[in-house]
Amino acid sequence: MSTTLQSDISDATSSNAALRRFLHGLPGVDQVGAEARAASLGSRSIKTTAKQWALDLAIRMVDLTTLEGMDTPGKVRALCNKAMRPDPADPTCPHTAAVCVYGDLVSVAKDTVAGSDVHVAAVATAFPSGRAARTVRVADTAEAVAAGADEIDMVIDRGAFLAGRYLDVYDDIMAVRQACGPAHLKVIFETGELQTYDNVRRASWLAMMAGAHFIKTSTGKIQPAATLPVTMVMVEAVRDFRAATGRQVGVKPAGGIKTSKDAIKYLVMVNEVAGPDWLDPDWFRFGASSLLNDLLMQRTKMTTGRYSGPDYFTLD
Amino acid sequence: MSTTFDYAPAPESRSIVHIRPSYGLFIGGEFVDGRGQGFKTINPANEDVLAEISEATEADVDAAVTAARKAFRSWSRISGAERGKYLFRIARIIAERSRELAVLESIDNGKPIKESRDVDVPTVAAHFFYYAGWADKLEHAGFGPDPRPLGVAGQVIPWNFPLLMLAWKIAPALATGNTVVLKPAETTPLTALLFAEICQQADLPPGVVNIVTGAGDTGRALVTHADVDKVAFTGSTEVGKAIARAVAGTHKKVTLELGGKAANIVFDDAPIDQAVEGIVNGIFFNQGHVCCAGSRLLVQESIADEVLGRLKARMATLRVGDPLDKNTDVGAINSAEQLAKITELSGVGEAEGAERWSPACELPAKGFWFAPTIFTGVSQAHRIAREEIFGPVLSVLTFRTPKEAVEKANNTPFGLSAGIWTEKGSRILWTASRLRAGVVWSNTFNRFDPTSPFGGYKESGYGREGGRHGLEGYLQ
Repeated sequence: MSTTLQSDISDATSSNAALRRFLHGLPGVDQVGAEARAASLGSRSIKTTAKQWALDLAIRMVDLTTLEGMDTPGKVRALCNKAMRPDPADPTCPHTAAVCVYGDLVSVAKDTVAGSDVHVAAVATAFPSGRAARTVRVADTAEAVAAGADEIDMVIDRGAFLAGRYLDVYDDIMAVRQACGPAHLKVIFETGELQTYDNVRRASWLAMMAGAHFIKTSTGKIQPAATLPVTMVMVEAVRDFRAATGRQVGVKPAGGIKTSKDAIKYLVMVNEVAGPDWLDPDWFRFGASSLLNDLLMQRTKMTTGRYSGPDYFTLD
Repeated sequence: MSTTFDYAPAPESRSIVHIRPSYGLFIGGEFVDGRGQGFKTINPANEDVLAEISEATEADVDAAVTAARKAFRSWSRISGAERGKYLFRIARIIAERSRELAVLESIDNGKPIKESRDVDVPTVAAHFFYYAGWADKLEHAGFGPDPRPLGVAGQVIPWNFPLLMLAWKIAPALATGNTVVLKPAETTPLTALLFAEICQQADLPPGVVNIVTGAGDTGRALVTHADVDKVAFTGSTEVGKAIARAVAGTHKKVTLELGGKAANIVFDDAPIDQAVEGIVNGIFFNQGHVCCAGSRLLVQESIADEVLGRLKARMATLRVGDPLDKNTDVGAINSAEQLAKITELSGVGEAEGAERWSPACELPAKGFWFAPTIFTGVSQAHRIAREEIFGPVLSVLTFRTPKEAVEKANNTPFGLSAGIWTEKGSRILWTASRLRAGVVWSNTFNRFDPTSPFGGYKESGYGREGGRHGLEGYLQ
């Protein structure tokens, strides 16, 4: 399967018609069945040692995010401090994977996290709508990388995707990937706008073929954002893509994951659908803000046996 | 920090269940001692004895039928609305005591708690709610202006879904104004006996529901009793045939729900990930102890390797073990006898040249266990493609064209269920209209709903249970 698929992939990107044939030739997703499978994975009972393990992993996978028009250097510095030391009362608490900010605040973030292992991710390409000329979107990316971003979270042009101009989307991603240089590229689909699981599976393959390091559900600006079944369809895609090409791609659900219980459901799903290889911050991330404090609250409960009030956890 | 996500044990507490050391028969609204030898029911997951169960003799069965006959005089005359009230009350108590019923079912049967909790018990309550609604609307059910009940129903049920089969039998019988004597399977009597307590709690008039426990002799005494007007049986085709012979020439009306060897047909345009889930759910749900299990996978040859690769990867994630652990997917085989049968037929499969595969899984030392198993390279001539194994064993066959798929699917003495997997709507309709099976699922499998009729073609039995159709078997 793997060698024929490799050549299939290069053939598939030779024209828009070929790309359409390839993407529409992927097996369909039955909505009812996919949602039932996700729900059943969500009913696993994760307790005691397994829960402790999962909570620490989830904290390590958080891309702590602020993407507001009112973001300031002060706000971003506070966020970075939180990412480096999520629980000041407990030095054994791991740091988050990254902070995620707008491109103009990358240098502030970079200065603040200097010396730590926390990465700086920047949203780019006319986030969140992606409605700008390719030159503008590429320049947006290049500026964020020049300012020191370790990771770029780009959005695809959903209009082009839904109009069937798959090759335009593919070329966009290739161009942005090139502008990324050494930075890792996450490709956001805005699954709430693509709407069908078939579209999500096609977008996943399209982005992976164009060189994405990560595929990401949402901007957080559109509802619904990440859901368990939509993320599962993407996790199935990265699993199948690795089986076909040998290249591993990460997955990042973002938006709407607010509780530890939800986060653990995602980890169970990743574990059982793609396998333990993806249970690592290099291959799975949560795009979130309020999730972190719930993870910390549950973590403290597991270590002390008591629930503390929200005032015992920092608001940044 | 360990590198793998090891789920810690998550056992459901069994403290909610109070199993008595011994149980009598439930006759005329009271528990009475049986006159037979008595027998033990055990937990198939660890072989612990759970309780002593009375064995009903012919005389006990006669007492139960007499109690049911006496109760029939008034139960058949009260208004449908009044009967509906009792059924709604029973349904509500089942929902309220659902955790207790689920835990007890898993202990006595060996099925995973997630299935008894999420499938069996909710469907039981739904079945009573559904037929409660029919009780005062029978004249609108399409069976004439004034449909009359039959009288006393003798009902014999299997061990694979003890409480659900009880609900399928008792709910329509009571809604239509019949009274019942029900015999649960000898390996799984406990939830039926707890149901007897629920009848008491619901103030159901004495004798409307009678539960007699025992094995084959008790069942024979019940179905051959001269004052039984209706026989309803779910179980093996062999016993079903014996029952059909025994009641031939009598006034008794019969419904039989027997074995199956269902084809689960996967076309090359199927939603593959969901089809794999459907294959797993079709054969490993309830350890494959399902009469409508999708035990024959018919996969289009062009995608067979891909489907099998994905199926094996998926099977490797199945969690086999303690039925009371909330993360268990496959529980214990119900009895030593059934385990021996599955083991024997699997041995035949290997001897006949089919290729056997199971994922690596550690089985508990005590109790009755069988790893999820698939056989590839199976053809129609193999015994494992023809005989019902009634365990977690899948036979994989291939086909080339839709016509061949239908021919192979129908080429069996059974005809209880079938599954079709394709994204193409017209192919679903084309295939379904040619399959000789009572239930055809498309892009899903093993879904049950009280509003949907269920029953078989050919040696899978006759009569329908569930839905409006399920009323017919209990009306004159």
